[in-house]
Amino acid sequence: MSATAAPSGLTGPALELSEHPAARMLIGRHRLRWWEPTPWILAIAFYFAFPSYLGFGTDLLITILFALSLDLALGYAGILTLGHAAFFGAGAYTVGLLAFNGVWSEPITSLILAAVVAAVVGFASGLVLLRTTGLTLLMLTLCTMLLLEEGANMAHEYTGGFDGLPSLSIPPIFGIFEFNPLYPHTQYIYSLVVLFVGFLLVRALIYSPFGQSLTGIRENMLRMHAVGSPVRWRLVTCYTISAAIAGVAGGLWAQTNAYVNLTTLSLDRAATVFIILILGGYGRLYGAFVGAVAYMVLSHFLARVYPTAWQLGLGLLLVVIALFARNGILGISESLWRRIQTMRRPS
Amino acid sequence: MIFGVDVASILLGGLSAGMVLFIVSVGLSVTMGLMGFVNLAHGAFAMLGGYVIVLAMNRLGVGFVPALMLGFVVTAAVSFVFERLLYKRLYRAGELDQVLFTIGLVFVFIAGLTIIVGPETQPFTPPAALRGQVDLGFTQYRAYSIFLIVVGIVIVVGLWLGFERTRLGAQIRATVDNRRMAESLGINVDRLFSITFAFGSGMAALGGGLGAEFLGLDPQYALKYLVFFLIVVSVGGLGTVTGVFYASILIGVLDFVLKLYLPKGGTIFIFALTILLLLWRPQGLFKRTET
Repeated sequence: MSATAAPSGLTGPALELSEHPAARMLIGRHRLRWWEPTPWILAIAFYFAFPSYLGFGTDLLITILFALSLDLALGYAGILTLGHAAFFGAGAYTVGLLAFNGVWSEPITSLILAAVVAAVVGFASGLVLLRTTGLTLLMLTLCTMLLLEEGANMAHEYTGGFDGLPSLSIPPIFGIFEFNPLYPHTQYIYSLVVLFVGFLLVRALIYSPFGQSLTGIRENMLRMHAVGSPVRWRLVTCYTISAAIAGVAGGLWAQTNAYVNLTTLSLDRAATVFIILILGGYGRLYGAFVGAVAYMVLSHFLARVYPTAWQLGLGLLLVVIALFARNGILGISESLWRRIQTMRRPS
Repeated sequence: MIFGVDVASILLGGLSAGMVLFIVSVGLSVTMGLMGFVNLAHGAFAMLGGYVIVLAMNRLGVGFVPALMLGFVVTAAVSFVFERLLYKRLYRAGELDQVLFTIGLVFVFIAGLTIIVGPETQPFTPPAALRGQVDLGFTQYRAYSIFLIVVGIVIVVGLWLGFERTRLGAQIRATVDNRRMAESLGINVDRLFSITFAFGSGMAALGGGLGAEFLGLDPQYALKYLVFFLIVVSVGGLGTVTGVFYASILIGVLDFVLKLYLPKGGTIFIFALTILLLLWRPQGLFKRTET
């Protein structure tokens, strides 16, 4: 193994261990970069610039949160799942059922309950499913989601079946800020705050040693086993956290739309978030943001007017991305940026 | 009433559905076993073939058998071109890119057929000779279903012989078992894959046309039944003909029974069964080699 040869920096007397370039990179990796506040500034600017599009904006923020949760499982840990809507739906139905039956509807605690229920579903399914990989795992996650969807459909006495649970009444946040379906200012700010909290959590996770071991598992599971990493527990933990965040996104969706239906559990939703993440670039934290904005803006303005042309264009785009731009929009931008920098350097 | 004549008719109905599932899915199983390529666009090729067959019959007045042959040839040719131009570039890519690529292809097929042919369901009427009932001695049953079962059996036996008794079949089996070893023995895996991919898509086309009678044929076909094709392939095991056959019959009969007795949400049992079977045997029920 080539790793046994000591890096040149370690043998030289001048360079301390902590000043080795690799060590510096590891220490500074998690630091905030200058452009990182940009999405949040844009999100706040959107609030003032497009007050008539806040409903769309709220939807966009929720989609970002959902894609972010998928990024943790799929992008970082490499868990090939096509059934992430299972957790989105679990969260949405938790909020929906509690509010519809008048049991509990306070927004913030409801979201926490949604996270707990989704986490339990994620933990239970992860415990049995994550022993498998590849196509088998893909099929198992897919079938678990379809199972839940069919279950929700069959239990229509409680879930309303295909029609879902309409007109949930959600009380104001802190008893002050009301959800107004026509002027969704509260929904937008509320979703933005929840997304921010979720983002901070994911960001802290992926730069932690835990997150690092997830990347290791994605890159080479056999070697992580060999170095003694508790691979399966790491995967189950990651899957559970990811499920909890997806559950929060689902709960938010139910609260801001004031209804729940079967689409929250559907293959359509799972495939869409999958496409969004890979479109933006998976395993790179901001891919969820870029992909969701690109997809949602295009679909919002094209899909209603020209649904067939939109589907054709989307299909072609996915084919092109898969063939020529393996790492999505962010991947293209990064390689372009690098090319510009190497062009500058020699001069 | 589950006894006597009913058992026979349920079995026959389920068998005919299972045969169609088998004809569509067998190509997917073999190509996935060969290259490990997650091909979600297989249903799209079945749909394309179904459209060629049904449109040739309805609009051009082509006979049933020539239309089936035409569907096979056209779809095999189209898929061959796709494989050489596009799929080939993604063999060494990750599963994520393969999934993204093939989902994209499905969307393109759906939108393309909607634009060119239209969003409505294409009607399929079996030829006059296959309409009505046929007397089997112990029961009367729909002639077309019996025809499907016969065709299915012929195809299973043919494929099994091809798989087990020919040189090409031996090469496929060797490659499924150990691709690198097969390559180092001088088997041209690329060429092998092109041939099986085109042939498998052609089979899917036949399945799309033959099954149009009860599966229907509209642009959403490629997505609607994809889950079933994938279930059959993953339960049967990748790269096996017999495994996919047994899994198709199992799922076909089960689905038929559930639709009959539990018309609302009976598919939940199919998903549950799939999960249990895959947890028990992650490589599929009938996978020969344990690697």
